[in-house]
Amino acid sequence: MYDFQYHRPTSLDEASRMLSGAEEASFIAGGQTLLQTLRQRLAQPSDVVDLGGIAELRGISREGDNVVIGAMSRHNEVAGSADVAGAIPALATLAGGIGDAQVRNMGTIGGSIANNDPAADYPAGLLGLGATVVTNNREIPADDFFVDMFETALEPGEIIRSVRFPVPQRAGYVKFDQPASRYALVGVMVSQGAGGVRVAVTGAGPSVFRVSEMEDALGRDFSADAIAGIRIPSDGLNADIHGSPEYRAHLVTVIAQRAVNAALQAH
Amino acid sequence: MKVSMTVNGKAASADVEPRTLLVEYLRDHLELTGTHVGCDTGQCGACTVHLDGRAVKACSVLAGQAEGAEVTTIEGLANGSEELHPMQAAFREYHGLQCGFCTPGMVMAAVDLVKTHPGASDETIREQLEGNICRCTGYENIVRAVKAGAASMGGQ
Ligand SMILES: Cc1cc2nc3c(=O)[nH]c(=O)nc-3n(C[C@H](O)[C@H](O)[C@H](O)COP(=O)(O)OP(=O)(O)OC[C@H]3O[C@@H](n4cnc5c(N)ncnc54)[C@H](O)[C@@H]3O)c2cc1C
Ligand code: FES
Ligand code: FES
Repeated sequence: MYDFQYHRPTSLDEASRMLSGAEEASFIAGGQTLLQTLRQRLAQPSDVVDLGGIAELRGISREGDNVVIGAMSRHNEVAGSADVAGAIPALATLAGGIGDAQVRNMGTIGGSIANNDPAADYPAGLLGLGATVVTNNREIPADDFFVDMFETALEPGEIIRSVRFPVPQRAGYVKFDQPASRYALVGVMVSQGAGGVRVAVTGAGPSVFRVSEMEDALGRDFSADAIAGIRIPSDGLNADIHGSPEYRAHLVTVIAQRAVNAALQAH
Repeated sequence: MKVSMTVNGKAASADVEPRTLLVEYLRDHLELTGTHVGCDTGQCGACTVHLDGRAVKACSVLAGQAEGAEVTTIEGLANGSEELHPMQAAFREYHGLQCGFCTPGMVMAAVDLVKTHPGASDETIREQLEGNICRCTGYENIVRAVKAGAASMGGQ
Protein backbone atom coordinates (compact mmCIF):
# COMPACT_ATOMS: atom_id res chain seq x y z
CA MET A 1 0.00 0.00 0.00
CA TYR A 2 1.32 3.46 -0.88
CA ASP A 3 1.34 5.90 1.99
CA PHE A 4 -1.08 8.84 2.25
CA GLN A 5 -2.09 11.66 4.54
CA TYR A 6 -4.81 10.53 6.94
CA HIS A 7 -7.54 12.85 8.24
CA ARG A 8 -10.34 12.22 10.70
CA PRO A 9 -12.82 15.14 10.58
CA THR A 10 -15.68 15.39 13.08
CA SER A 11 -18.16 17.28 10.87
CA LEU A 12 -19.25 17.28 7.24
CA ASP A 13 -18.03 20.85 6.75
CA GLU A 14 -14.61 19.94 8.04
CA ALA A 15 -14.55 16.87 5.75
CA SER A 16 -15.35 19.00 2.69
CA ARG A 17 -12.65 21.50 3.62
CA MET A 18 -10.05 18.76 4.00
CA LEU A 19 -11.04 17.39 0.65
CA SER A 20 -10.75 20.63 -1.25
CA GLY A 21 -7.23 21.13 0.12
CA ALA A 22 -6.05 17.73 -1.09
CA GLU A 23 -4.46 16.71 -4.37
CA GLU A 24 -6.35 13.46 -4.82
CA ALA A 25 -8.45 12.43 -1.86
CA SER A 26 -10.55 9.41 -1.08
CA PHE A 27 -13.08 8.87 1.68
CA ILE A 28 -12.87 5.83 3.88
CA ALA A 29 -16.01 4.54 5.59
CA GLY A 30 -15.72 0.88 6.69
CA GLY A 31 -12.64 0.38 4.51
CA GLN A 32 -13.74 -3.14 3.51
CA THR A 33 -13.52 -2.33 -0.19
CA LEU A 34 -11.15 0.64 -0.19
CA LEU A 35 -8.37 -1.05 1.79
CA GLN A 36 -8.37 -4.08 -0.53
CA THR A 37 -8.04 -1.68 -3.48
CA LEU A 38 -5.20 0.24 -1.84
CA ARG A 39 -3.38 -2.93 -0.80
CA GLN A 40 -3.36 -4.08 -4.41
CA ARG A 41 -2.06 -0.63 -5.36
CA LEU A 42 -5.00 -0.15 -7.72
CA ALA A 43 -5.37 3.40 -6.42
CA GLN A 44 -2.98 5.93 -4.95
CA PRO A 45 -4.84 8.72 -3.14
CA SER A 46 -2.66 11.47 -1.65
CA ASP A 47 -5.15 11.88 1.22
CA VAL A 48 -7.61 9.56 2.94
CA VAL A 49 -10.48 11.24 4.79
CA ASP A 50 -12.04 8.97 7.43
CA LEU A 51 -15.80 9.50 7.76
CA GLY A 52 -15.89 7.40 10.96
CA GLY A 53 -15.71 10.38 13.32
CA ILE A 54 -18.68 12.31 11.89
CA ALA A 55 -21.71 11.93 14.18
CA GLU A 56 -24.10 13.37 11.54
CA LEU A 57 -23.59 10.26 9.40
CA ARG A 58 -24.75 7.80 12.06
CA GLY A 59 -28.08 6.56 13.30
CA ILE A 60 -31.15 4.74 12.03
CA SER A 61 -34.63 6.17 12.61
CA ARG A 62 -38.25 5.87 11.59
CA GLU A 63 -39.51 9.21 10.28
CA GLY A 64 -43.20 8.99 9.37
CA ASP A 65 -43.56 6.75 6.33
CA ASN A 66 -39.80 6.44 5.89
CA VAL A 67 -36.85 4.71 7.47
CA VAL A 68 -33.72 6.87 7.37
CA ILE A 69 -30.36 5.13 7.59
CA GLY A 70 -27.19 7.16 8.20
CA ALA A 71 -24.40 6.57 5.67
CA MET A 72 -21.98 5.22 8.32
CA SER A 73 -24.44 2.57 9.54
CA ARG A 74 -22.67 -0.80 9.55
CA HIS A 75 -24.39 -3.71 7.79
CA ASN A 76 -24.85 -5.45 11.17
CA GLU A 77 -26.48 -2.35 12.66
CA VAL A 78 -29.04 -2.34 9.85
CA ALA A 79 -29.57 -6.10 10.18
CA GLY A 80 -30.15 -5.76 13.92
CA SER A 81 -32.18 -2.54 13.97
CA ALA A 82 -35.69 -2.86 15.44
CA ASP A 83 -36.86 0.08 13.27
CA VAL A 84 -35.69 -1.68 10.10
CA ALA A 85 -36.99 -5.11 11.14
CA GLY A 86 -40.38 -3.63 12.03
CA ALA A 87 -40.86 -1.56 8.88
CA ILE A 88 -38.82 -3.26 6.11
CA PRO A 89 -37.77 -6.75 7.20
CA ALA A 90 -36.49 -7.47 3.68
CA LEU A 91 -33.86 -4.77 4.18
CA ALA A 92 -32.71 -6.36 7.45
CA THR A 93 -32.43 -9.69 5.62
CA LEU A 94 -30.40 -8.05 2.86
CA ALA A 95 -27.96 -6.38 5.27
CA GLY A 96 -27.60 -9.57 7.34
CA GLY A 97 -26.62 -11.54 4.23
CA ILE A 98 -23.75 -9.30 3.09
CA GLY A 99 -20.32 -10.94 3.12
CA ASP A 100 -19.49 -12.38 6.53
CA ALA A 101 -19.90 -11.31 10.17
CA GLN A 102 -16.60 -9.40 10.30
CA VAL A 103 -17.31 -7.55 7.04
CA ARG A 104 -20.79 -6.67 8.35
CA ASN A 105 -19.28 -5.22 11.53
CA MET A 106 -17.20 -2.70 9.52
CA GLY A 107 -18.85 -2.22 6.09
CA THR A 108 -21.36 0.60 5.70
CA ILE A 109 -24.38 1.36 3.53
CA GLY A 110 -22.75 4.58 2.29
CA GLY A 111 -19.57 2.79 1.22
CA SER A 112 -21.49 0.02 -0.46
CA ILE A 113 -23.65 2.27 -2.63
CA ALA A 114 -20.83 4.74 -3.41
CA ASN A 115 -18.81 1.80 -4.67
CA ASN A 116 -21.72 0.33 -6.75
CA ASP A 117 -20.15 -3.07 -7.25
CA PRO A 118 -22.21 -4.90 -9.91
CA ALA A 119 -22.71 -7.82 -7.49
CA ALA A 120 -23.38 -5.81 -4.31
CA ASP A 121 -26.65 -6.20 -2.39
CA TYR A 122 -27.60 -2.66 -1.36
CA PRO A 123 -28.01 -1.29 -4.91
CA ALA A 124 -30.90 -3.76 -5.37
CA GLY A 125 -32.26 -2.72 -1.97
CA LEU A 126 -32.31 0.98 -2.86
CA LEU A 127 -33.64 0.58 -6.39
CA GLY A 128 -36.17 -2.11 -5.46
CA LEU A 129 -37.58 -0.07 -2.57
CA GLY A 130 -37.50 3.28 -4.41
CA ALA A 131 -35.12 4.88 -1.90
CA THR A 132 -33.58 8.36 -2.05
CA VAL A 133 -29.88 9.08 -1.46
CA VAL A 134 -29.34 12.23 0.62
CA THR A 135 -25.91 13.86 0.15
CA ASN A 136 -24.29 16.92 1.67
CA ASN A 137 -25.89 19.09 -1.02
CA ARG A 138 -28.85 17.33 -2.70
CA GLU A 139 -31.22 14.38 -2.88
CA ILE A 140 -30.82 11.73 -5.60
CA PRO A 141 -33.54 9.13 -6.33
CA ALA A 142 -32.15 5.58 -6.56
CA ASP A 143 -33.39 5.48 -10.18
CA ASP A 144 -30.79 8.16 -11.06
CA PHE A 145 -28.06 7.19 -8.58
CA PHE A 146 -26.66 3.93 -9.98
CA VAL A 147 -25.18 4.89 -13.35
CA ASP A 148 -22.98 1.99 -14.46
CA MET A 149 -20.47 -0.57 -13.18
CA PHE A 150 -18.67 1.09 -10.21
CA GLU A 151 -20.17 4.41 -11.30
CA THR A 152 -22.75 6.57 -9.51
CA ALA A 153 -24.27 10.05 -9.87
CA LEU A 154 -22.03 11.35 -7.04
CA GLU A 155 -19.88 14.36 -7.96
CA PRO A 156 -16.23 14.30 -6.88
CA GLY A 157 -16.11 15.18 -3.18
CA GLU A 158 -19.85 14.73 -2.64
CA ILE A 159 -20.63 12.91 0.62
CA ILE A 160 -23.59 10.60 1.18
CA ARG A 161 -25.29 11.57 4.46
CA SER A 162 -28.12 9.02 4.59
CA VAL A 163 -30.53 6.89 2.60
CA ARG A 164 -34.29 7.37 2.95
CA PHE A 165 -36.44 4.27 2.35
CA PRO A 166 -40.22 4.60 1.97
CA VAL A 167 -41.91 1.87 4.02
CA PRO A 168 -43.57 -0.54 1.55
CA GLN A 169 -46.69 -2.63 2.08
CA ARG A 170 -44.57 -5.68 1.42
CA ALA A 171 -41.08 -6.47 0.18
CA GLY A 172 -38.79 -9.47 -0.23
CA TYR A 173 -35.08 -9.86 -0.97
CA VAL A 174 -33.49 -13.10 -2.09
CA LYS A 175 -29.92 -13.59 -3.23
CA PHE A 176 -28.37 -16.54 -4.97
CA ASP A 177 -24.84 -16.11 -3.74
CA GLN A 178 -21.58 -17.03 -5.26
CA PRO A 179 -20.42 -19.29 -2.41
CA ALA A 180 -16.76 -18.24 -2.26
CA SER A 181 -17.30 -14.48 -2.02
CA ARG A 182 -20.98 -14.45 -0.97
CA TYR A 183 -21.57 -11.58 -3.39
CA ALA A 184 -24.74 -11.94 -5.47
CA LEU A 185 -24.63 -14.07 -8.60
CA VAL A 186 -28.18 -12.77 -8.81
CA GLY A 187 -30.08 -10.88 -6.11
CA VAL A 188 -33.63 -9.54 -6.47
CA MET A 189 -35.56 -7.03 -4.35
CA VAL A 190 -39.31 -6.95 -4.99
CA SER A 191 -41.59 -4.44 -3.29
CA GLN A 192 -45.15 -3.20 -3.44
CA GLY A 193 -46.03 0.16 -1.94
CA ALA A 194 -47.38 3.64 -2.59
CA GLY A 195 -45.15 3.92 -5.67
CA GLY A 196 -46.43 0.66 -7.18
CA VAL A 197 -44.46 -2.54 -7.68
CA ARG A 198 -40.68 -2.47 -8.12
CA VAL A 199 -38.38 -5.31 -9.14
CA ALA A 200 -34.63 -4.62 -8.99
CA VAL A 201 -31.90 -7.06 -9.98
CA THR A 202 -28.25 -7.02 -8.90
CA GLY A 203 -25.41 -9.33 -9.91
CA ALA A 204 -26.81 -10.12 -13.34
CA GLY A 205 -25.74 -7.03 -15.28
CA PRO A 206 -23.00 -4.37 -15.20
CA SER A 207 -25.14 -2.37 -12.76
CA VAL A 208 -28.44 -2.89 -10.92
CA PHE A 209 -31.56 -2.66 -13.13
CA ARG A 210 -35.37 -2.85 -12.94
CA VAL A 211 -37.53 -5.34 -14.83
CA SER A 212 -40.63 -3.43 -15.96
CA GLU A 213 -42.34 -6.46 -17.48
CA MET A 214 -42.29 -8.19 -14.08
CA GLU A 215 -43.41 -5.01 -12.35
CA ASP A 216 -46.46 -4.75 -14.65
CA ALA A 217 -47.37 -8.41 -14.16
CA LEU A 218 -47.02 -8.19 -10.38
CA GLY A 219 -49.07 -4.98 -10.36
CA ARG A 220 -51.96 -7.00 -11.79
CA ASP A 221 -51.39 -10.11 -9.69
CA PHE A 222 -48.80 -10.13 -6.89
CA SER A 223 -47.88 -13.80 -7.03
CA ALA A 224 -44.87 -15.88 -8.07
CA ASP A 225 -46.95 -17.49 -10.84
CA ALA A 226 -47.57 -14.10 -12.45
CA ILE A 227 -43.89 -13.81 -13.43
CA ALA A 228 -43.05 -17.48 -13.97
CA GLY A 229 -43.12 -17.07 -17.76
CA ILE A 230 -41.12 -13.85 -17.96
CA ARG A 231 -37.56 -14.33 -19.19
CA ILE A 232 -35.23 -11.36 -19.45
CA PRO A 233 -32.92 -11.20 -22.48
CA SER A 234 -29.37 -12.38 -21.77
CA ASP A 235 -27.75 -9.75 -24.04
CA GLY A 236 -25.34 -7.59 -22.08
CA LEU A 237 -25.53 -9.64 -18.86
CA ASN A 238 -22.35 -10.56 -16.98
CA ALA A 239 -20.26 -13.53 -18.05
CA ASP A 240 -17.58 -15.00 -15.77
CA ILE A 241 -16.41 -18.36 -14.42
CA HIS A 242 -19.38 -18.43 -12.06
CA GLY A 243 -22.08 -18.24 -14.70
CA SER A 244 -22.95 -17.42 -18.31
CA PRO A 245 -25.34 -14.62 -19.30
CA GLU A 246 -27.98 -17.27 -20.15
CA TYR A 247 -27.63 -18.83 -16.69
CA ARG A 248 -27.97 -15.45 -15.02
CA ALA A 249 -31.04 -14.61 -17.12
CA HIS A 250 -32.61 -17.90 -16.02
CA LEU A 251 -31.74 -17.19 -12.37
CA VAL A 252 -33.42 -13.77 -12.50
CA THR A 253 -36.83 -15.39 -13.07
CA VAL A 254 -36.23 -18.06 -10.41
CA ILE A 255 -34.94 -15.65 -7.77
CA ALA A 256 -37.58 -13.00 -8.53
CA GLN A 257 -40.27 -15.61 -7.88
CA ARG A 258 -38.63 -16.53 -4.57
CA ALA A 259 -38.45 -12.84 -3.65
CA VAL A 260 -42.19 -12.50 -4.33
CA ASN A 261 -42.86 -15.49 -2.07
CA ALA A 262 -40.60 -14.01 0.61
CA ALA A 263 -42.58 -10.76 0.41
CA LEU A 264 -45.88 -12.61 0.74
CA GLN A 265 -44.62 -14.61 3.72
CA ALA A 266 -43.23 -11.60 5.56
CA HIS A 267 -46.43 -9.55 5.35
CA MET B 1 1.17 9.98 13.07
CA LYS B 2 0.34 8.97 16.61
CA VAL B 3 -2.37 6.41 17.32
CA SER B 4 -3.67 5.56 20.78
CA MET B 5 -6.10 2.89 21.82
CA THR B 6 -6.73 0.41 24.61
CA VAL B 7 -5.39 -3.03 23.76
CA ASN B 8 -6.28 -5.93 26.05
CA GLY B 9 -7.21 -3.51 28.80
CA LYS B 10 -3.98 -1.46 28.65
CA ALA B 11 -3.40 1.92 27.05
CA ALA B 12 -1.16 1.57 23.98
CA SER B 13 0.12 4.20 21.60
CA ALA B 14 2.71 4.33 18.85
CA ASP B 15 3.99 6.56 16.09
CA VAL B 16 3.01 4.92 12.80
CA GLU B 17 2.72 5.64 9.10
CA PRO B 18 -0.89 6.49 8.14
CA ARG B 19 -1.09 3.38 5.94
CA THR B 20 -0.43 1.07 8.91
CA LEU B 21 -3.09 -1.62 9.22
CA LEU B 22 -4.45 -2.52 12.65
CA VAL B 23 -2.92 -6.00 12.30
CA GLU B 24 0.52 -4.49 11.58
CA TYR B 25 0.16 -2.18 14.56
CA LEU B 26 -0.67 -5.14 16.82
CA ARG B 27 1.98 -7.51 15.49
CA ASP B 28 4.87 -5.20 14.58
CA HIS B 29 4.49 -2.34 17.07
CA LEU B 30 2.97 -4.10 20.09
CA GLU B 31 4.51 -7.53 19.35
CA LEU B 32 1.15 -9.25 19.81
CA THR B 33 1.79 -11.94 17.21
CA GLY B 34 -1.12 -14.18 18.24
CA THR B 35 -3.20 -12.38 15.62
CA HIS B 36 -2.30 -14.10 12.34
CA VAL B 37 -2.24 -12.96 8.72
CA GLY B 38 -3.40 -15.67 6.33
CA CYS B 39 -4.28 -13.77 3.19
CA ASP B 40 -3.96 -10.36 1.67
CA THR B 41 -7.54 -9.93 0.61
CA GLY B 42 -9.81 -9.88 3.68
CA GLN B 43 -11.05 -13.41 3.03
CA CYS B 44 -9.57 -15.77 5.64
CA GLY B 45 -10.39 -14.27 9.05
CA ALA B 46 -7.11 -15.41 10.69
CA CYS B 47 -6.58 -11.78 11.76
CA THR B 48 -9.93 -11.45 13.60
CA VAL B 49 -9.83 -9.26 16.73
CA HIS B 50 -12.52 -7.40 18.66
CA LEU B 51 -12.87 -3.69 18.01
CA ASP B 52 -15.15 -2.13 20.61
CA GLY B 53 -16.49 -5.62 21.30
CA ARG B 54 -17.23 -6.69 17.71
CA ALA B 55 -15.24 -9.11 15.56
CA VAL B 56 -13.43 -7.42 12.67
CA LYS B 57 -10.63 -8.39 10.30
CA ALA B 58 -7.59 -6.49 11.58
CA CYS B 59 -6.00 -6.68 8.12
CA SER B 60 -8.90 -4.64 6.71
CA VAL B 61 -8.90 -1.80 9.25
CA LEU B 62 -6.39 1.05 9.46
CA ALA B 63 -4.74 1.54 12.83
CA GLY B 64 -6.02 5.13 12.58
CA GLN B 65 -9.62 3.89 12.30
CA ALA B 66 -9.19 2.27 15.73
CA GLU B 67 -8.08 5.53 17.39
CA GLY B 68 -9.53 5.67 20.90
CA ALA B 69 -11.12 2.22 20.60
CA GLU B 70 -10.99 -0.86 22.82
CA VAL B 71 -9.20 -3.71 21.05
CA THR B 72 -9.06 -7.29 22.31
CA THR B 73 -6.74 -9.86 20.75
CA ILE B 74 -6.37 -13.57 21.44
CA GLU B 75 -3.70 -12.70 24.03
CA GLY B 76 -6.22 -10.67 26.01
CA LEU B 77 -9.11 -13.09 25.90
CA ALA B 78 -8.22 -14.93 29.11
CA ASN B 79 -8.00 -11.54 30.81
CA GLY B 80 -4.55 -12.03 32.30
CA SER B 81 -5.58 -15.22 34.05
CA GLU B 82 -3.51 -18.42 33.80
CA GLU B 83 -6.60 -20.35 32.75
CA LEU B 84 -7.76 -20.45 29.18
CA HIS B 85 -10.94 -18.63 28.21
CA PRO B 86 -13.81 -21.19 27.99
CA MET B 87 -13.82 -20.91 24.18
CA GLN B 88 -10.08 -21.62 24.01
CA ALA B 89 -10.53 -24.57 26.38
CA ALA B 90 -13.34 -25.93 24.21
CA PHE B 91 -11.19 -25.74 21.06
CA ARG B 92 -8.53 -27.79 22.88
CA GLU B 93 -10.95 -30.31 24.28
CA TYR B 94 -12.89 -30.85 21.04
CA HIS B 95 -9.87 -30.82 18.70
CA GLY B 96 -11.12 -27.69 16.99
CA LEU B 97 -7.65 -27.22 15.52
CA GLN B 98 -4.92 -29.09 13.71
CA CYS B 99 -2.12 -26.77 12.54
CA GLY B 100 -3.62 -23.95 14.62
CA PHE B 101 -3.02 -21.17 12.11
CA CYS B 102 -6.69 -20.19 11.80
CA THR B 103 -7.41 -20.76 15.49
CA PRO B 104 -6.90 -17.28 17.01
CA GLY B 105 -9.29 -15.85 14.41
CA MET B 106 -11.77 -18.70 14.85
CA VAL B 107 -11.82 -18.25 18.63
CA MET B 108 -12.26 -14.47 18.42
CA ALA B 109 -15.06 -14.85 15.85
CA ALA B 110 -16.66 -17.57 17.99
CA VAL B 111 -16.70 -15.42 21.12
CA ASP B 112 -18.47 -12.61 19.22
CA LEU B 113 -20.90 -15.16 17.75
CA VAL B 114 -21.90 -16.37 21.22
CA LYS B 115 -22.70 -12.79 22.24
CA THR B 116 -24.74 -11.95 19.14
CA HIS B 117 -26.39 -15.37 18.66
CA PRO B 118 -26.89 -17.01 22.05
CA GLY B 119 -27.96 -20.63 21.73
CA ALA B 120 -26.90 -20.75 18.05
CA SER B 121 -27.68 -23.91 16.07
CA ASP B 122 -24.99 -25.72 14.06
CA GLU B 123 -26.32 -24.00 10.96
CA THR B 124 -26.08 -20.53 12.51
CA ILE B 125 -22.57 -21.26 13.78
CA ARG B 126 -21.51 -22.24 10.26
CA GLU B 127 -23.11 -19.13 8.78
CA GLN B 128 -21.54 -16.82 11.34
CA LEU B 129 -18.09 -18.34 10.74
CA GLU B 130 -18.26 -17.86 6.96
CA GLY B 131 -15.54 -15.22 7.25
CA ASN B 132 -13.07 -17.68 8.77
CA ILE B 133 -11.31 -20.23 6.60
CA CYS B 134 -9.67 -23.39 7.95
CA ARG B 135 -7.57 -25.50 5.63
CA CYS B 136 -7.15 -28.44 8.04
CA THR B 137 -10.12 -29.49 10.11
CA GLY B 138 -13.03 -29.68 7.70
CA TYR B 139 -14.90 -27.53 10.27
CA GLU B 140 -16.76 -30.39 12.02
CA ASN B 141 -14.76 -30.15 15.24
CA ILE B 142 -14.72 -26.37 15.09
CA VAL B 143 -18.53 -26.34 15.16
CA ARG B 144 -18.49 -28.83 18.08
CA ALA B 145 -15.95 -26.72 19.94
CA VAL B 146 -17.95 -23.52 19.42
CA LYS B 147 -21.11 -25.20 20.71
CA ALA B 148 -19.31 -26.48 23.79
CA GLY B 149 -17.54 -23.16 24.31
CA ALA B 150 -20.86 -21.34 24.06
CA ALA B 151 -22.37 -23.64 26.67
CA SER B 152 -19.52 -23.09 29.11
CA MET B 153 -19.63 -19.33 28.51
CA GLY B 154 -23.23 -19.51 29.66
CA GLY B 155 -24.44 -17.53 26.68
CA GLN B 156 -22.39 -14.42 27.44
C1 LIG C 1 -14.79 -10.71 2.12
C2 LIG C 1 -15.80 -9.67 1.66
C3 LIG C 1 -17.06 -10.07 1.26
C4 LIG C 1 -18.02 -9.14 0.84
N1 LIG C 1 -19.25 -9.59 0.46
C5 LIG C 1 -20.18 -8.70 0.05
C6 LIG C 1 -21.50 -9.13 -0.33
O1 LIG C 1 -21.85 -10.31 -0.25
N2 LIG C 1 -22.39 -8.19 -0.74
C7 LIG C 1 -22.06 -6.86 -0.79
O2 LIG C 1 -22.91 -6.05 -1.15
N3 LIG C 1 -20.84 -6.42 -0.43
C8 LIG C 1 -19.90 -7.31 -0.01
N4 LIG C 1 -18.66 -6.85 0.37
C9 LIG C 1 -18.38 -5.40 0.32
C10 LIG C 1 -18.76 -4.74 1.63
O3 LIG C 1 -20.17 -4.68 1.75
C11 LIG C 1 -18.19 -3.34 1.77
O4 LIG C 1 -18.35 -3.01 3.10
C12 LIG C 1 -18.82 -2.25 0.94
O5 LIG C 1 -18.86 -2.54 -0.41
C13 LIG C 1 -18.04 -0.96 1.08
O6 LIG C 1 -18.40 -0.37 2.26
P1 LIG C 1 -17.30 0.28 3.20
O7 LIG C 1 -18.04 1.01 4.25
O8 LIG C 1 -16.35 -0.74 3.65
O9 LIG C 1 -16.64 1.36 2.23
P2 LIG C 1 -15.13 1.78 1.95
O10 LIG C 1 -14.34 0.61 1.50
O11 LIG C 1 -14.61 2.55 3.10
O12 LIG C 1 -15.36 2.78 0.74
C14 LIG C 1 -15.76 2.34 -0.54
C15 LIG C 1 -15.89 3.54 -1.48
O13 LIG C 1 -17.00 4.35 -1.12
C16 LIG C 1 -16.64 5.70 -0.89
N5 LIG C 1 -17.48 6.17 0.22
C17 LIG C 1 -17.63 5.55 1.42
N6 LIG C 1 -18.53 6.21 2.18
C18 LIG C 1 -18.96 7.27 1.46
C19 LIG C 1 -19.90 8.34 1.70
N7 LIG C 1 -20.59 8.43 2.85
N8 LIG C 1 -20.07 9.26 0.74
C20 LIG C 1 -19.39 9.17 -0.44
N9 LIG C 1 -18.50 8.21 -0.72
C21 LIG C 1 -18.28 7.26 0.20
C22 LIG C 1 -15.16 5.64 -0.58
O14 LIG C 1 -14.52 6.83 -0.94
C23 LIG C 1 -14.69 4.47 -1.43
O15 LIG C 1 -14.43 4.89 -2.72
C24 LIG C 1 -17.69 -7.76 0.81
C25 LIG C 1 -16.41 -7.34 1.21
C26 LIG C 1 -15.47 -8.28 1.64
C27 LIG C 1 -14.11 -7.81 2.08
S1 FES D 1 -5.44 -11.91 7.02
FE1 FES D 1 -7.20 -10.75 7.44
S2 FES D 1 -8.73 -11.82 6.42
FE2 FES D 1 -6.96 -12.98 5.90
S1 FES E 1 -6.26 -25.73 11.94
FE1 FES E 1 -4.98 -25.43 10.24
S2 FES E 1 -5.99 -23.85 9.16
FE2 FES E 1 -7.40 -24.35 10.69
